[in-house]
Amino acid sequence: MNVLLNGETREVAGTCTLAELLASSGYAERRIAVEVNREIVPRSRHGEHRLADGDRIEIVHAIGGG
Amino acid sequence: MTALAASPLATDTLVIAGKPYRSRLLTGTGKFKDLDETRRATDAAGAEIVTVAIRRTNIGQDRDAPNLLDVLPPDRYTILPNTAGCYSADEAVRTCRLARELLDGHTLVKLEVLGDQKTLFPDVVQTLAAAETLVRDGFDVMVYTSDDPILARRLEEIGCVAVMPLAAPIGSGLGVQNRWNLLEIVDNAKVPIIVDAGVGTASDAAIAMELGCDGVLMNTAIAGAKDPVLMAHAMKLAVEAGRAAFRAGRIPRKRFASASSPIEGVI
Repeated sequence: MNVLLNGETREVAGTCTLAELLASSGYAERRIAVEVNREIVPRSRHGEHRLADGDRIEIVHAIGGG
Repeated sequence: MTALAASPLATDTLVIAGKPYRSRLLTGTGKFKDLDETRRATDAAGAEIVTVAIRRTNIGQDRDAPNLLDVLPPDRYTILPNTAGCYSADEAVRTCRLARELLDGHTLVKLEVLGDQKTLFPDVVQTLAAAETLVRDGFDVMVYTSDDPILARRLEEIGCVAVMPLAAPIGSGLGVQNRWNLLEIVDNAKVPIIVDAGVGTASDAAIAMELGCDGVLMNTAIAGAKDPVLMAHAMKLAVEAGRAAFRAGRIPRKRFASASSPIEGVI
């Protein structure tokens, strides 16, 4: 199935969890926040959150700003 | 130093959302050359509260890049996530909720909702709407606004923990443009008033503090200087000097001269 990760299409297994997607994208130990379909998924629930076809995932972090 | 320690200077703290700070200079972390310069300038400024922006990660590109929060760790600095780049209340609220998740439940945010890209003036209607939602949602809101005394009062009534009027447009470096409005805002306020945006050089920061503002927040004036670390140091001194002058109470302005030395006993 396909999901949209920060605007880019990504093919993932049908059983993929959010934690698995984050790990395979290099975000396992990073300080980030994640939305799936505009709803925040708290860090404590990344492991149990199963992705669905067409999910829109946003990963944000803190950068320099005024 | 003993005299200073015993004087009210030692206890002159800025309290925001119940937390005391010794520094009244808040700094941004944007526009620096690299993270090392960000760290050195923040250090020279003596800032305890630093703003950050919340942005999408670049998938696959920043995997090993150093992270801003490694350089400015949240256990040492109060991280103030902003809503820069938001043009509606909805976008700003969404950004604040993401920031809260990112920072493990941290509730202090800098709300700014901009009106247009040319002026970067705040959209005050959207700002009021976002402030109401965020306060209801348990956020401690420090709000960027125009230098309008009525609006500042309204934002305080909503429950914002600090009101942050602009001195001049963001990044303009024009300094305090309407000191009478700022004075009125300060006189009416029960929450800290922090000048946010428009400072160009040290004297601008000193003027804001001499007017009685509780602090100054700046980014471009430091990051855009030829020597950002030296300018950060200058701003630290200016904010401290302006604050001390405000508390000392300046002499009244007079139209005519008044001799400093005694007139009697002149030979």
